[in-house]
Amino acid sequence: MALIGTLLAQVRQLDRLGRSETPIHRLDARAKLLATLAFVVCVASFDRYAVASLLPLAVFPVALAIIGRLPLSCVASQVAVAAPFALLVGLANPFFDRQVVFAIGPLALTGGWLSWASISVRALLTLSAAVILVGVTSFPALCTALQRLGLPRPLVAQLRFLHRYLFVLIDEVERSVRAVTLRSAGRGVALTTASSLIGLLLLRTWERAERVQMAMLSRCYAGEPAIADGRRLAIRELVFVAGWLGFFGVVRRYDLPELLGSLTRRVLA
Amino acid sequence: MHMADALLSPAVGGTFWAVTAGTAAYCARKLRGLPAGNGSPLMGVLGAFLFAAQMINFSIPGTGSSGHLGGGLLLTILLGPYAAFLTVSSVLIVQALFFADGGLLALGCNIFNMAFLPAFVAYPLIYRPIAGDRPGAKRLSVACVVAAVVALQLGAFAVVVETLASGISALPFATFVLFMLPIHLAIGLVEGFVTAAIVGLVGRARPDLLDQGTAISASAGRSATRLIGVLFCAALVTGGLLSWFASEDPDGLEWSIARVAGEQALDAPAGGLHGLLAGIQQRLAVFPDYGFAKEEDGRASGEAGRSAEDPSRARIGSSVSGIVGALVTLVLVVLIGVLLRWWTRPARAPGEQR
Repeated sequence: MALIGTLLAQVRQLDRLGRSETPIHRLDARAKLLATLAFVVCVASFDRYAVASLLPLAVFPVALAIIGRLPLSCVASQVAVAAPFALLVGLANPFFDRQVVFAIGPLALTGGWLSWASISVRALLTLSAAVILVGVTSFPALCTALQRLGLPRPLVAQLRFLHRYLFVLIDEVERSVRAVTLRSAGRGVALTTASSLIGLLLLRTWERAERVQMAMLSRCYAGEPAIADGRRLAIRELVFVAGWLGFFGVVRRYDLPELLGSLTRRVLA
Repeated sequence: MHMADALLSPAVGGTFWAVTAGTAAYCARKLRGLPAGNGSPLMGVLGAFLFAAQMINFSIPGTGSSGHLGGGLLLTILLGPYAAFLTVSSVLIVQALFFADGGLLALGCNIFNMAFLPAFVAYPLIYRPIAGDRPGAKRLSVACVVAAVVALQLGAFAVVVETLASGISALPFATFVLFMLPIHLAIGLVEGFVTAAIVGLVGRARPDLLDQGTAISASAGRSATRLIGVLFCAALVTGGLLSWFASEDPDGLEWSIARVAGEQALDAPAGGLHGLLAGIQQRLAVFPDYGFAKEEDGRASGEAGRSAEDPSRARIGSSVSGIVGALVTLVLVVLIGVLLRWWTRPARAPGEQR
């Protein structure tokens, strides 16, 4: 529970950060969403042994996080909790791909380690990109962006309600779990206790949902939240998207680290 | 069992995005006009419930480890497959964003594994036939446990297939399956017992709630099979198209082979930025001894055949220049970060204005 506690604190902080005011926050959410999706696809499209050539892409999350004034700890802790699955599965690569691909003197590097390094870099880049997107965009703005990009309206409405009641219910669960933990003498929550805890939470939630529904219907809610007919994408947003797309294209097409490395060695030689 | 971006290729990720987007649109249409359906607070608040319920970690008897509820099956029993699919999808979207669970490209896969499979496979094909309309306690438990186990086994198997189809991980199929399925058998059993207990509790306290899912899903069994058929065809088409695109476009492997083998891509334009960079690359070409040869696997040599004349001797990966370049790149990224921080310093600190 301690771990979940810190995790939730980070999520709350992330949600709060999404509403701060920086040049990145002021951009239309659609621009940030599109750039982030392009970024993720670009990272995934690299060859399985690519490590160095992926690194220039780190400029994207770093730039967004810094201009958006996100604290490093917030992003790092979310990524650290989510990354292990990919890293563990990737850790099998060194055992199955033992071909030596690179040797400097006694130091031999196998294809497996290389692809594991690639998976690690990918995990860092893609996971941080997702967290940073929420950190530099308020969630309601993100929902509006999703709706204007064509996500089915019921799903968008669903996301808005989910976000609205998320922290309300999490608070409730935290109180319940604390109460159980205090009475269980450190033995953890038993399976049967958890079941009835969740069942009761479900009943309470359902009744709350019915009250909310009544209240909203009596105020003429027609099943879809009204969104302000927002503005079109401004020049700076188009520049933002086009600039990043161009950057991803160049990084994808040319191995910049290799060029830099050759250049450095030329200069040093 | 969140699938991760890092293990996924764009073609596989895109295919599952297409499949889940199609299913979402289908579910949205199916729910239109239902009082507790489209865009209703009930679904939304239950999504928040699922999220919160997953925070409750219980100790699993006899193992010393702990687990939490998945909830796909539970919501399907309560809301019917269409509403449950949308609700669980929204939970997964929020998790991908706030918890970085999985990632954005893997979102399609995750929604398929954890929302589609319980709602449209395990529920209509396993739970409904076993449980019937008004199950007793024993029947309900059996139905929940079997359906949960099947849903989780299918989900775990889907993770394996998605990973292998992407080709980023080198895990052999059998090993991965033997690793994933037993773990998820245990998880499935626990999930089934917890689900049965919760449904039983709800059934005793508010029996009317259970009728709602049953009513909505009365027709789900028939249309689910049709939906699966349509989606399967859609997946084949999208997957085929995407992989065709991927192979038409020179991909990273071809590029690195062409470059390391000392050949520029044959169809690359000579002028402009490309010509400039290619020229630099040519002039700075590294000592071949430092590059490294690697036997190509079948897929790679097939693709490489077009651009490199002798694929078996083609060189892949990086070199000393690559390592030096990686270090220089990292320094540059940090430098850019520091510069940006310095440049944006006058901006308002976070949290000052809210």
